[in-house]
Formats: sequence, structure tokens, C-alpha cells
Amino acid sequence: MSEEVVGCVQSAKGPLQSQPAPSKAESQIMDKEVKMPVARVGQEAPDFEASAYVDGGFKNIKLSDYRGQWVVLCFYPGDFTFV
Amino acid sequence: MAVKIPELKKMGVQVLSMSTDSRFVHKIWQAEELSKMVEGGVPYPMLSDAGGKIGELYGVYDSEGGVDVRGRFLIDPDGVIQAMEMLTPPVGRNVAELVRQVQAYQLVRETKGAEVTPSGWQPGRPTLKVGPHLVGKVWEVWKPDLAF
Repeated sequence: MSEEVVGCVQSAKGPLQSQPAPSKAESQIMDKEVKMPVARVGQEAPDFEASAYVDGGFKNIKLSDYRGQWVVLCFYPGDFTFV
Repeated sequence: MAVKIPELKKMGVQVLSMSTDSRFVHKIWQAEELSKMVEGGVPYPMLSDAGGKIGELYGVYDSEGGVDVRGRFLIDPDGVIQAMEMLTPPVGRNVAELVRQVQAYQLVRETKGAEVTPSGWQPGRPTLKVGPHLVGKVWEVWKPDLAF
């Protein structure tokens, strides 16, 4: 195991969007067109980074860490409810 | 879900759970409750969706309740979403149906789409071999009672 200190995990970035920053001229035109990508079947799953509790420790996890594997991503309303 | 993990693992599936609770709350839930339901606790990473930003991206964030509803996404090895299911909070998921969908999508992927799984397909039941020859001829190879 690595000696990485996990005392305070760096805050996770949440949604990761690789959209390049639009140039000034572009941004004026695009202002109203820029939309959040929303998950759809047949489309790439939006990448994100989230802090996680895993194997008794804390770490940040990216969806793209699992590329090459099947992934089931399950959202649920809250801990102490059923999943 | 946790009980089915060995089966899902054998199928090469990684489960990730996510709620708006912090990782600290996940830890306590695991210690106080989950470890009493499943020996050793749930074996998958429990992710925190602080502020529902990731849930918003996936269309599952309920901003009134401040929670993520029960959304489930099946993502293939290329990172493409193949299936999704969304439920409001009072009704739980059917993990058996998830397993069936994984089996079906894996079969389709293995055959590079040459075979597809008709309604209600289960492992061992006939698939459909797609192509022009099948058009108008599905009735010859598949009967509605195979869907149940």
C-alpha cells in the first residue's frame, strides 16, 4: 500500500467537463447555447470526480477510472434508506 | 444489490453507489447498519454527490428535496450509457432485472450487434439474428410467450 496521507481528502471536482474555454467572440454567441450535458442512452456517460468511502478509507474516484469495465452507477435518496 | 455483487463481479461489473450524503455519513451508515445486513458491509465504493451537481448532470437530482432520486445507469466498457432506470424514492429497484440487462448487453456486445435480445429475453432463450432476412419473419423464430 502507498503511504498516501488521507487525513483530509482533496475536495472532489464533481462534474468534469472537457469543453475548451470558448474564445470571446464565441462566448458571446454561445452564451445561450451552452447547456449541461445530460445523461442519455447511447451517449457517453458524463465524467465526474466524487469523494468516496471505499474499503474503509476515503478517496476521490473518477468515472473514467473504470473505462474498460462495465459500470453500474446507482443514485439513491440518502443513507439509512434502502438502496 | 450488495448480495448480488459476487455475481455482478463475475460478470465484470463494477458497482458505484452515489447519494448527496458526505463520505463521512457513508462510513457511519456502513458501520451502523449495512455491516449488519451484509457480512463485511457493502463491497462497492460509496460516492458523495455534494450539492447534487453530478445528479443534475445525470438528470436525477431533485432540487426540492435536495436529494438524488433512484437513478440507475448501466455503462459499457467504452463509457457509453446503455440502459437507465429512474424511480421516485418509495419504490426500490429490482436487481434481478439489472443482472438480466447486463447479460443481454454483454451478449449483444460479444456478437458485435449481430444478435439482439427480444422482449423478456433470459439467458438460454433464443436471440434474434438481425438482417434483412428477418424482416417480416420474426413470427417464425419468436413467439410472444417467450417474453414471459
